[in-house]
Amino acid sequence: MGQLGQKPQSVVIEARGLSMNYGSNLIQSNLHFQISKGDVFVIMGGSGCGKSTLLKHMIGLYQPAGGDILFGGQSYFTASPEQQLAMRKRWGVTYQGGALFSDKTLAENVALPLVQYTTLTSKDIRDMVRYKLALVGLAGFEDFYPSQISGGMCKRAGLARAIALDPDILFFDEPSAGLDPLSARRLDDLILQLRDSTGATVVIVTHELASIFAIGSNGVYLDANSKTQLDTGSPGYMLNHSKHDLVKAFLSRGE
Amino acid sequence: MKQATLNFHKVSDSNVVVTVQGSWTVSGVLPAPEQLSAMLDDRLKTVVFTAGDDFFWDSRLLAWLMACQRMLESTHCQFDLSGLPEDVRDLFNLANTVPPNKALPERHASLFHQLVNRLARLGDEAMALLAFTGELALTLCRWFAQKGSARWSDIINFCHQSGPSALPIITLQSVLIGMILAYLGMVQLRQFGAEVYVANLVGVGMVREMGALMTAVIMSGRTGAAYAAQLGTMQVNEEIDALTTLGIKPMDYLVVPRTLALILTIPLLCLYSNILGMFGGGLVATNMDITWLMYLYQLRDAISFGDTMTGVVKSFVFGLLIAMAGCRAGLACGRSSAAVGQATTNAVVTAIIYLVVADAGLNILFYHLGI
Ligand SMILES: Nc1ncnc2c1ncn2[C@@H]1O[C@H](COP(=O)(O)OP(=O)(O)OP(=O)(O)O)[C@@H](O)[C@H]1O
Ligand SMILES: [Mg+2]
Repeated sequence: MGQLGQKPQSVVIEARGLSMNYGSNLIQSNLHFQISKGDVFVIMGGSGCGKSTLLKHMIGLYQPAGGDILFGGQSYFTASPEQQLAMRKRWGVTYQGGALFSDKTLAENVALPLVQYTTLTSKDIRDMVRYKLALVGLAGFEDFYPSQISGGMCKRAGLARAIALDPDILFFDEPSAGLDPLSARRLDDLILQLRDSTGATVVIVTHELASIFAIGSNGVYLDANSKTQLDTGSPGYMLNHSKHDLVKAFLSRGE
Repeated sequence: MKQATLNFHKVSDSNVVVTVQGSWTVSGVLPAPEQLSAMLDDRLKTVVFTAGDDFFWDSRLLAWLMACQRMLESTHCQFDLSGLPEDVRDLFNLANTVPPNKALPERHASLFHQLVNRLARLGDEAMALLAFTGELALTLCRWFAQKGSARWSDIINFCHQSGPSALPIITLQSVLIGMILAYLGMVQLRQFGAEVYVANLVGVGMVREMGALMTAVIMSGRTGAAYAAQLGTMQVNEEIDALTTLGIKPMDYLVVPRTLALILTIPLLCLYSNILGMFGGGLVATNMDITWLMYLYQLRDAISFGDTMTGVVKSFVFGLLIAMAGCRAGLACGRSSAAVGQATTNAVVTAIIYLVVADAGLNILFYHLGI
């Protein structure tokens, strides 16, 4: 369902009958969707329906209660620790709250994965850090601590850290919440540009309708009441062809 | 993969074409941007970059180009990327849309300056402590006049955290201290054949001094540190700001219930510790030809009600001091995870200093009062 008239592409992430819970509290169940290489996959749904939870299951922070998530056919949780590390190095993640290390400067935050996983000299790392921060519009803020910049700037710095290693799969949790319209627009441009230039796949949680339609090529709508997905497919397709009024209402702001 | 190289081709005096070749990636070694600056002279107007054969790139190339751009900034040279792939140009432009920030962050002082500042601020520090104490006293009075916003449910919750949950460690600690005192006494008193007086030593030692002090030391590490960490984290998350804007004083809502809980539970813990300490002493004593009956009989004569009360009064004061040290460190916490760590350390260290000083003071006071 969903991708009408698109030629089949290699599937990067696939959810098969995925269920998620916190203890005895079921959040979502029976999720099925596929994410192809180069997709910008939007996770949609009302507040509290489990979008961040789904993202955290995808990046292996929580183990699914049922079903599985496959990365190129391989499940994260049955992989060996070495394989898991190799998979994680290919991911870049931003968190809803920014999650910068508060005792490190922005430059040190962004440099951390580079120091850990590459053999670059400290000068090269400094150049890389400057470039990544410039990409998110934070050139010149290298020596600031997270407590010295604004919330939106923290979010963008988190993004710079997520893309430090040129990851193949990018997971963003509400990257544009708290940004002004122009910065949000620049962020959309950046996401598309990263996708085009590095062939990355993007999984993004967002409420911004404008950016859902501008960048989303595929997506899933989660419902808090029925605790399962209502629909999956590209946002434009869902808006026009979804069988669920709720999905249409969400995508048209109920108008 | 091929090594990354630069080829210079001077088209005219004002124009040089730089061909980039090979693998410009994170795993490769790049030529230094200074190779480019060696080419520079006043007549040069434009540097044109083009891609050669065998050309691979990732973020590393962009980082390098930006380093070159910064280097050429001071000259009047134009930077022309028209010969590079479109993606490179787009990323480069994206990175240059927002002009760099020129403001400098607030500096963190050097170690020496920190020390000097510390000493200079010692006076302020004392004033702040005094202000905190005063405010706490006023807030407590307000609470007793039923005008504060601290809730009983909070107080009971904190009592539970600091009281019953601390019992296991207090038990272990008290029994061992009682045993240590008994051994110490046994060895000395045996020389005079006065072994039975070990009960006096253990009893008075526990009740007047060790019970209160050791319980307080444990509680400053356990509860005082926890208070500092809780309030410090709330400070980091802007929760304390949120309380203030809601019109709720952090002092009322956060500090008072914690303080009350601690000064309620700590005397009880102290009594518990006294009893267990005497029991621990008894274990040792009865192992060495003193019967339980003799031991208990001797204890009854040794300890007066006044002795017990000195210990309880002490632990009451200690509880207040621990809560003050913990809450003050937490409220004064900075806005990073490292600051929370510092606040916790601060809380424990100051609490222990307060304890020792207060203990000495109280002992002198009791001596002169003849209690
Ligand atoms: N760590 C946790 N432990 C227990 N329950 C949780 C936890 N985190 C979230 N929940 C519950 O799971 C549900 C989904 O939370 P989640 O954070 O995934 O929502 P969301 O869709 O990301 O919402 P929002 O759009 O507001 O960010 C919520 O009802 C929440 O109460
Ligand atoms: Mg969320």
